[in-house]
Amino acid sequence: MTDWPILSTVTFLPTVGALLILLVRGDDAAARRNVYWIALWTTIVTFLVSLLIWIDFDNTSAGFQFVERTDWLGGKISYSMGVDGISMLFVILTTFLMPICIVASKYSVKKRFAEYMVAFLILETLMIGVFCATDLLLFYVFFEGGLIPMFLIIGIWGGTRRVYAAFKFFLYTLLGSVLMLLAIMAMYIQAGTTDIPTLLQFQFPASMQTWLWIAFFASFAVKMPMWPVHTWLPDAHVEAPTAGSVILAGVLLKMGGYGFLRFSLPMFPLASADFAPFIYTLSVIAIIYTSLVALMQQDMKKLIAYSSVAHMGYVTMGIFAMNPQGVEGAIFQMLSHGIVSGALFLCVGVIYDRMHTREIAAYGGLVNRMPFYAFAFLVFTMANVGLPGTSGFVGEFLVLIGVFRANTWVAAFATTGVILSASYALWLYRKVIFGALDKASLKSIFDLSRREVAILVPLVVLTIFFGVYPMPVFNVTGQAVDNLITNYQAALSAAGKLALAAQ
Amino acid sequence: MYSAIVFLPLLGAILAGIIALRGSYSAAMVGAPKESFADAHDDHAHGHHGHDDHGHDDHGHDDHGHDGHGHHAAAPGSRPAELITTGLLLVSAVLSWVAFLTIGSPEGETVRVKVLPWVASGTLSFDWALRIDTLTAMMLVVVTSVSSLVHVYSIGYMSHDEHRPRFFAYLSLFTFAMLMLVTSDNLFQMFFGWEGVGLASYLLIGFWFKRPAANAAAIKAFVVNRVGDFGFALGIFAIFVMFGSVDFDTIFANTGSVAGQTIHFLSWDLDALTVICILLFIGAMGKSAQFLLHTWLPDAMEGPTPVSALIHAATMVTAGVFMVARMSPLFELAPTALTVVTFFGATTAFFAATVGLVQNDIKRVIAYSTCSQLGYMFVALGVGAYGAGVFHLFTHAFFKALLFLGAGSVIHAVSGEQDMRKMGGLRKKIPVTYWTMMIGTLALTGFPLTAGYYSKDAIIESAFVGHNAFSGYAFFMVVAAALMTSFYSWRLVFMTFHGKPRASEEVMSHVHESPPVMTIPLYVLSIGALFAGIVFSNWFIGEGYNEFWKGALFTGPDNHILHEMHGVPALVKYSPFIMMVIGLLLAYYFYIRSPETPKRLAAEHPLLYRFLLNKWYFDELYDFLFVRPAKWLGRFLWKKGDGWLIDGFGPDGISARVVDVTNRVVRLQSGYVYHYAFAMLIGVAALVTWMMFAG
Repeated sequence: MTDWPILSTVTFLPTVGALLILLVRGDDAAARRNVYWIALWTTIVTFLVSLLIWIDFDNTSAGFQFVERTDWLGGKISYSMGVDGISMLFVILTTFLMPICIVASKYSVKKRFAEYMVAFLILETLMIGVFCATDLLLFYVFFEGGLIPMFLIIGIWGGTRRVYAAFKFFLYTLLGSVLMLLAIMAMYIQAGTTDIPTLLQFQFPASMQTWLWIAFFASFAVKMPMWPVHTWLPDAHVEAPTAGSVILAGVLLKMGGYGFLRFSLPMFPLASADFAPFIYTLSVIAIIYTSLVALMQQDMKKLIAYSSVAHMGYVTMGIFAMNPQGVEGAIFQMLSHGIVSGALFLCVGVIYDRMHTREIAAYGGLVNRMPFYAFAFLVFTMANVGLPGTSGFVGEFLVLIGVFRANTWVAAFATTGVILSASYALWLYRKVIFGALDKASLKSIFDLSRREVAILVPLVVLTIFFGVYPMPVFNVTGQAVDNLITNYQAALSAAGKLALAAQ
Repeated sequence: MYSAIVFLPLLGAILAGIIALRGSYSAAMVGAPKESFADAHDDHAHGHHGHDDHGHDDHGHDDHGHDGHGHHAAAPGSRPAELITTGLLLVSAVLSWVAFLTIGSPEGETVRVKVLPWVASGTLSFDWALRIDTLTAMMLVVVTSVSSLVHVYSIGYMSHDEHRPRFFAYLSLFTFAMLMLVTSDNLFQMFFGWEGVGLASYLLIGFWFKRPAANAAAIKAFVVNRVGDFGFALGIFAIFVMFGSVDFDTIFANTGSVAGQTIHFLSWDLDALTVICILLFIGAMGKSAQFLLHTWLPDAMEGPTPVSALIHAATMVTAGVFMVARMSPLFELAPTALTVVTFFGATTAFFAATVGLVQNDIKRVIAYSTCSQLGYMFVALGVGAYGAGVFHLFTHAFFKALLFLGAGSVIHAVSGEQDMRKMGGLRKKIPVTYWTMMIGTLALTGFPLTAGYYSKDAIIESAFVGHNAFSGYAFFMVVAAALMTSFYSWRLVFMTFHGKPRASEEVMSHVHESPPVMTIPLYVLSIGALFAGIVFSNWFIGEGYNEFWKGALFTGPDNHILHEMHGVPALVKYSPFIMMVIGLLLAYYFYIRSPETPKRLAAEHPLLYRFLLNKWYFDELYDFLFVRPAKWLGRFLWKKGDGWLIDGFGPDGISARVVDVTNRVVRLQSGYVYHYAFAMLIGVAALVTWMMFAG
């Protein structure tokens, strides 16, 4: 490790790119080209630099690494950054998805191109910040700040009902966050600090834990999203531009799960143990309910959005199963879902750019004209279904094993998801890809351009690679998760509640 | 060598897949426009000016219409794709026989090849690894032999198809997945193969993706299999909880300590091994199309016929049998689970045979026959005669693949017709097909000294001497099924090859024997159908049992079923033969002597006939019980749950109330001064009143 503040560099590089874009004048093709290349190079460099974090990462350490600390706001609250095995890969996921989003937006964004790119780059800074912050208030700033660019992306560059969707998204998430802010203040008053490593050691009184847990839950449950506060997601996805959906599904949804792992479990272990059955219930409902709803969708993006809710149900139940398989499975599921659902939204974007509709009924028989597209879509569909050999399988099955150890009823209900996900995903694939190409409007459709191949192929490769060889991820997460569980159980046994923790 | 057996087909699949993708992509991109910003060109995406110039394909031998497909230009690289995949598989098949003879010999030992670590999380860890014992080696032989023959056959059968590289890529992909399944050394890898063959099956059933029926059948196969996987997955989880591992070696070493323990499953404390085995068996029921989860198999006949031979007769559908045999150390200690296996196997054997009696589609008859024969195998496993079950798997692979490929040859000859009512009198026109199918039929019906005779006899005898509660039931079911098997098999032969031609003049004038590339596999399989029984029966179920299996199939100390089989009464011993003869005579009477009889019988018993013709109405029942409610519930939850309840009382409701309130406020702002003045007066009055009382 070096003394060079690599986390801050990765976090704020995109902002630098955004400032550069603001210097570009005009909106003609040349200006758009400049904006595009600035944005692309910024995100690529950010990604490459972020890889250094992974290379230098010490797998054997459970604590925060690459720590930076500067006093801020009068010394009580500090600007402090750091990553551990839980957060590090989310940083990489974010920086990896961003160049893809930029390339995907190259031609599909028609108006206010420079502003669009600026919004994305600022969003990247805020997202990386969320995963790097080790100060509670700093985390909150990044966490909430991310809302604004996403709100703008949906509200300005979205579809026909974009204003409705943007406000629904904003209000839902804001409402949850307000409670979290109150909880943060209460924690500061109680513990006298907002430093996360310190708070991780601090033991809140049991009665207070319950309230703090509920407040944080309100925020994270909306972000996940968990049933029944999920209804903003389908609307937001449907209206968001393609790249917006990719980021929304790929990264923003992961903040909820990350929050549970970073705050709810380690800081409020007693409350977490008490609320675990509640989380199980909501997760199981989410899996079955939203899978059934997905079965009946007529809009491709809505179907994938609902399937996202179902997949996030696995994540929440895995986290609260509180054993290594459950938690690591949940982390893996989040990473895998980031790649796979992002890729699925890109796939929808590909044909949306050609036909300007997302109606499933408007398509059919695309394999006749778009074989490469059909292949890529098949890989992602199968990953969504959880086929072994794709990344979707590893996370899903680890979670199910973890949950089975904790509660067999929950596991049995959740496993019905493997049947339902196959039903809706294959149905979608059949309606869009298979069949004869009858519709006149599709007769002249072309397969993926080189640009589209370039963004989908890395995702195909990673989907299969992490399905066959997921060890790089487990090497990173193993120590941190073990540490998390050890501390959790220590806290429970200190309170004499170990019997509750199924082990 | 073992890695080569497994991974050569994967290599073939990848290469053929690349050829298929390259060819179709460049064909699709002819004339594609360049992408650009609205008014400037700066993109690197040059249109891909592909031409169909890789075509080294010389067209097939005959030019008759085929499976209802018109003539299209073949995909570029068809011939290289065929040669690569077929060649690699032939190598793999030769190596498999070497492996089989090495490991099956008395000195053979279980081989383990570690490939790559897969998952390590907490105490759960498993690798990609190959584990080859006798059971695996036997499956290697079955899979690679049938698969390579099907590859060869397909070169002829698919010669008119425009998507040959894709077809061969799928075939090889399937073979790879199946090999991973049988060589797995832990349950997760087995599950990988299990789902991998499911994927390949899905792709191959839906190979002719323009047909709605093929697409529907493909999804049905995948989803129904997933229902089985639901049980399989839970079984794996339960094994991990009880054994702390998913490796076969660890599991088998610890069965003794887990036996008798209970597991808290759902709300009950149950015998752990029974729960595990029943859950695993649910998985086997899905893959092996057992009663209740069988509905996908007949529909899977939408796929090309070589696929039916390879996947839906010889290999994939036997994966369930293989799995139960592999897990025999667990099943052997869970007698209740074995009873369940016996019951479902016997019921399937009987049920599928009844449906097979009246089907008119040549492939569906064989499909139901497969379903029924799989039931036989499970009966043997259920009564503890694992050797007999696996032996039937082995022999069945040869003669059923033979029958399917023969049926394919018939279909090929009569211009894609599959309805036996429109065939007849083909015997002289396609003699090779006729005689090889005759051999397959003899083997299937258990004619003495053919392959089926040895294995089927063993199953019927083992059911007779079996000890569990359903073995008596199973015995009667399989004997009855043997009669029906004989009847529908001969019915098929007579309707197809004998009697007067019922096809149109034009079709009959085109009837022709298949090219050698298709008949050679038929010859080879005929050899298997004739001699696989007599050559190997000693190893599989006879004196050489212990030296051959070397514990790969586990039998408990009290399990003497293979010895008891020899002591059965003569009537039991000859019952399969008797049934075969009766079935043959009945079929002869019905379809040669007096073709009016079956029609009259059908007319006299319309209810029974339609009940059988409609496959006991299972599709309709499941549609009513599961499909429609799921759709209704999905729509209800979407419109009412999300739309009315959550959004209505959540964000939309709240925003609507806010709008109401603002509207009302707006209405108050009427713009007339006296309104404001009046409001102000009321306000002042209220304030004064409040101050008076409060003060």
